[in-house]
Amino acid sequence: MELLVASAVGLMTACGVYLILRKRTFPVIVGLAMLSYAVNVFIFASGRLAIGLPAIITKHPEGYTDPLTQALVLTAIVISFGMTALIVMMALGAFLETGDDYIGMEEREQPAGPKEGAE
Amino acid sequence: MSLALIAALPFLGALLPGLLIRAGRNACATVTGLVTAFALLGVLLHAPAVMRGEVVTARLEWLPALGLNANFFLDGLGLLFAGLILGIGLLIILYARFYLSTKDPMGQFYTYLLLFQGAMVGIVLSDNILLLLIFWELTSLSSFLLIGFWKHLPEGRQGARMALTVTGAGGLAMIAGMLILGNIVGSYDLTVILQNKELIQGSDWYLPALVLILIGAFTKSAQFPFHFWLPHAMAAPTPVSAYLHSATMVKAGLFLMARMWPVLAGTPEWFYIVATTGLITMIMAAKIAFFKDDLKALLAFSTVSHLGLITMLLGFGTAEAATVAVFHIINHATFKAALFMSAGIVDHEAHTRDIKRLGGLRHLMPITFTIVCVAALSMAGIPPLNGFLSKEMMLEETVHTVWLGNHWVMPALATLGAMFSVAYSFRLIAHTFLGPVRTDYPSKPHDPGFGMWAAPAILAVLVVAIGVMPMTMVGDLVRTTASAVIGGEAEVYISHWHGFVPALWLSVFAVGSGFVLLGLHRPFEAMWLSTPRPEAKAIFDAILEPFAMAAQAITDRLHDGSLARYLAVATLAILAVGYYAFESGVHSSGTRTLTIIEPVAAVGWLLLIGATASLFNYHRNRLLALVLVGVIGLMVSVGFVYLSAPDLALTQISVEVATVMLLLLALNFLPKDSPVESTAGRRGRDGMIAAAAGIGIGALIYALMMRDFAFPTIADYHLANSKPGGGGTNVVNVILVDFRGYDTFGEITVLGIAGLVIFALVEGLLRGGAANDRLLAWVPDQKRAGDRHPLMLVVATRMILPIALMVGVYIFLRGHNEPGGGFIAGLVVAIATIMQYMASGFGWAAARQRIDYHALIGWGVTIAGLCGIGSWFAARPFMTSSFGYFKLPFIEKFELATAAIFDLGVFLTVVGAVMLALASISRIAIRAGETVNIEPYDIQPDEEQTEGAR
Repeated sequence: MELLVASAVGLMTACGVYLILRKRTFPVIVGLAMLSYAVNVFIFASGRLAIGLPAIITKHPEGYTDPLTQALVLTAIVISFGMTALIVMMALGAFLETGDDYIGMEEREQPAGPKEGAE
Repeated sequence: MSLALIAALPFLGALLPGLLIRAGRNACATVTGLVTAFALLGVLLHAPAVMRGEVVTARLEWLPALGLNANFFLDGLGLLFAGLILGIGLLIILYARFYLSTKDPMGQFYTYLLLFQGAMVGIVLSDNILLLLIFWELTSLSSFLLIGFWKHLPEGRQGARMALTVTGAGGLAMIAGMLILGNIVGSYDLTVILQNKELIQGSDWYLPALVLILIGAFTKSAQFPFHFWLPHAMAAPTPVSAYLHSATMVKAGLFLMARMWPVLAGTPEWFYIVATTGLITMIMAAKIAFFKDDLKALLAFSTVSHLGLITMLLGFGTAEAATVAVFHIINHATFKAALFMSAGIVDHEAHTRDIKRLGGLRHLMPITFTIVCVAALSMAGIPPLNGFLSKEMMLEETVHTVWLGNHWVMPALATLGAMFSVAYSFRLIAHTFLGPVRTDYPSKPHDPGFGMWAAPAILAVLVVAIGVMPMTMVGDLVRTTASAVIGGEAEVYISHWHGFVPALWLSVFAVGSGFVLLGLHRPFEAMWLSTPRPEAKAIFDAILEPFAMAAQAITDRLHDGSLARYLAVATLAILAVGYYAFESGVHSSGTRTLTIIEPVAAVGWLLLIGATASLFNYHRNRLLALVLVGVIGLMVSVGFVYLSAPDLALTQISVEVATVMLLLLALNFLPKDSPVESTAGRRGRDGMIAAAAGIGIGALIYALMMRDFAFPTIADYHLANSKPGGGGTNVVNVILVDFRGYDTFGEITVLGIAGLVIFALVEGLLRGGAANDRLLAWVPDQKRAGDRHPLMLVVATRMILPIALMVGVYIFLRGHNEPGGGFIAGLVVAIATIMQYMASGFGWAAARQRIDYHALIGWGVTIAGLCGIGSWFAARPFMTSSFGYFKLPFIEKFELATAAIFDLGVFLTVVGAVMLALASISRIAIRAGETVNIEPYDIQPDEEQTEGAR
């Protein structure tokens, strides 16, 4: 199970990093969402994995999972929603103001193929 | 009143003017004045004790490990300066009320002024040199804001920048000097340092510390060769010039020299550096002042000259000279502040401060003329005014001073300075007020209202009163202050007549030759104008130019505006640090055993991996990318369920729904595809970085999971105390609302702020401008569905709403003991409401929605905060929760916990923030021509029927 979680976190991180290195707002937002999944699962997993042992106090416990990382991740999920909403609106505003969703102010690279317009 | 409170008052009060400006300019000025008056009262209440020779102290531990304590003390020197800062501050506040025009943002001005005042009071009350340094830097920063107050004027901005650069650089030098001093003594407490004269002066580090501290003092007090910033700072509004550049900030350097006098003064190094610098500054600035036509520039250079005079007196290193310095600090503050304010009045009324365009104002502005006359004659040193007394005493001290074995250099040069001082003072009176009335003033000058001349008039009265009865008025104050400066008992004897001593003759000579000089102003000016002289600003700019260019070159190279580049560099840097830590650390193999992989987990993993890989591959198709994100989010939630985190799963899945909805709505207005923009090489490089990051993170978490905790975790504490301490069995929820309630409080505040910022962003977009125009001309780039509000969806969502709300309530209530809670309940309710918007249209839903989302956020944060404050009334710390079990007839025993109130706040904030974010997007849609539906259906069956019947 640990292998599955670790590989999933790794792949989500890689995908997120690749997407935030793109040049348009939308992929960057999606990339950030991917990174927040990866980070949330990472923090959660740092409490070590447990199956069938929720953090609910019972009279006859067989053991508990780590509640602290869960509490941390719970608020992180909600906050990352707030931040995603914020950057989505910023991206939307920037696009509506300029008619372009290109990120960055540098000289644009010319790709090998014919260039498609933003709109 | 505690000294710490006195120092804190202006800072706390700085919030008020910005708020009260809404209640009008008078309210704004009054509250600023009240804050200052209250602080002044606090100082004055301590005055009797200080006058008796006691030292008032207040000690607060701040960072004892660094030797940084918020220790304050008030002795004679502190009393004099705190009195000057707050007393003249009051007059300036009064004056500024009438000086600033209605166009100037007065609330901002008073806020800056109070910040500055607080920083100054902090300097003079500090009993810890580190604390003093903090306040010292704060004066540089706040004076920057004040000097550049008229942001639209380039001179204002440049002057502010120059002042900040020079005094800031001096401040850095001073920090070094102070740290050396603290190291020599082994304590950063001023009172301790002041006891260790022999230790400091015997140290090898005495000279470096002295020079560094003096650089700080000289830059602040505009001493040669750092004097050039002060005249440029005159671009500030006149109240600022009067306050900062006559009475307070420029005196901070003098204060520091006086404060350090007992341990630093008395050596030849001190004498030659300080006295010589003071002397040069005094003569040079007085000469320049004589040739300045701008009233404020004249006063600025005259200030520099007088600061030089005081510096020189402190530099002499004798108790008598220090006493005279103290006396002159008082006198200079009174006459110079009055003159600055009067110059402002002339500027305000005549619309010019150019002496060449003025003259003859005596008849037009008799009140201002009287004030200026008194103050300027005092500045010139004419008996019986107070300036005469201190100047005479100064000359007397120079007569007794030997400079490089020479007896006459000091008195002769000091007399030269005094001569110029007389000349520019007389010129100020003669060329501005005397002479014939002119016809070509830019504006018809007349005396201003009482409010404006009251402050300088009070100071002018003080000038006369101190001049006539020096011992009665300030004798005790000078004695107390001077005793504090010299660290012993000072003897004060101020009188008008000392007999036919050399100082008298020098004084008479200075006045006489000053008159002659004024008469010869025209030829001298021609000479002055024809000789080339260094222009300070040009030199300053030339020195800074290469630094600015180098900084720009570096910034341009590193900071080319490409976000992708920054992120790539940051990722690589993090990877490198991580790799270094891994390589240089010690590690052993893991000890935990792998948990078994069940088939269901493997299927979920395959889905997640497949979706992520597809996202990587198909991310250019944005809609598809969104669907894939949805799949990934769902699999993550399922993973949380599987791995014993039901709370997380519930949260993740509801956030997932809200996020996908939000992105879908936004995508409506964004391009539907991402074009290929990077070269294949670049994409390959990005792929390598991404792969490295992914492998690194994956390996890290794998390694972490395979090892046991290195230290006992605090999770056990939470598990053990959740039920007995927090009253809940769902430990995750108890952590959120109880153990870490403060964190959660911060988090919902951030969430609320995010919601409000989104609202503000949309508000700005729709106010007009390119975005608004684009929306008004919006043509949808995709075909619309014919049936915008499908009947099935409308009916289903309405059926679901009450059930969904009930589920929300249920999840909220069970949260303390079972998976659930405010966060999840808030998301469920928000999604149920959004479904109404989506199914039945914004107009229909908004018409039935009587709750304001802003209010929801506000109430949420307020309720959570009040719940935390409530525990104060039970004499418990902030956010302590309590709970109890109750029994009502027919119902099982149930529990009530204050944490539920807190959770209610969380719930409301989440609902408000999510709804506000999504509703903001629909406002954009409406602007883009989305019609507002008042009726839920596009087709109205009833109407059709009735129409058909007709």
